[in-house]
Amino acid sequence: MNPSLLLAATPSAAFPFSDWIVAAIFIVCLATTITGALIAAFTKRIIRSVCGLAVCCLGLAGLYYFLNSPFLALMEILIYIGAVCVTIIFGVMLTEPDEPTPENFVKPYPVIAPLVGLAIGAGVFLGIAKLSLSGNWSAPAALTNDGSVKAIGIALLTTYSVPFELISLVLLVAILGALVIARSGRTKE
Amino acid sequence: MNPAQIYSQPAAYLVVAAFLLATGIYGLIRRRTLIGMLISGELIFAAASLNFMALNRFTAADQSVGQIAVLFIMGLAAAEVAITLSIIIAVYRNYRSIVSKDLSELKG
Repeated sequence: MNPSLLLAATPSAAFPFSDWIVAAIFIVCLATTITGALIAAFTKRIIRSVCGLAVCCLGLAGLYYFLNSPFLALMEILIYIGAVCVTIIFGVMLTEPDEPTPENFVKPYPVIAPLVGLAIGAGVFLGIAKLSLSGNWSAPAALTNDGSVKAIGIALLTTYSVPFELISLVLLVAILGALVIARSGRTKE
Repeated sequence: MNPAQIYSQPAAYLVVAAFLLATGIYGLIRRRTLIGMLISGELIFAAASLNFMALNRFTAADQSVGQIAVLFIMGLAAAEVAITLSIIIAVYRNYRSIVSKDLSELKG
């Protein structure tokens, strides 16, 4: 079910070119992630940007799958695409998020500002990419835990039980706070 | 290294995470509306999650730690989106705009 099993089956007895097929699926996941991020950051209309975020999260779910975590891939789709993107779309519907049209809005620095943004983004990307390419990521000597769903469940209920409960408290307080903030001022109109 | 094994290289995932972070920062700088900035913030969250997962998969002895960290990041991101959207709706109700340039009361 997960890529490590595919890897175990890769030697020549398996399906021909199976490693190249897996690599092609990986490239497709990478391309989906990058395309989604570009759509999310560069389109004018906010609703397209939300769709770009959803596409990006779909690609990320594929990458999580390649990182031996089908559970997190499912969670990424459920939480990000199913909850976060839909919530943002609700926000888009309740407000007018689109950037002002050029007729009534004069851009203060039409040439310099995008270049400065691109330069900062490219600087961050090149710096971190150089660091991560030159880093020496050594594999651990021995795995103490295989990272299966069962192991995650045991760890959540033993080692991480307090943060797990605190997260539920944070979510409860966030929902109540969101209701209170969005409700206030509504009756005055 | 066999190029077909690119998915077992940590650098591939880390470079994509760096790209997500860079696009998120670019969007935070360039977006003029609050919802656009929120979406860019989500991209930065995604970059952090991908970094956690990649380093967990390739360098950690306990393979479940990074997955639990990413689960917590997802929970916090969901709470953050809920609160941010309610604040955006309250701001829109008061100012009739969520363009960040309009949200000031002081002159100058």
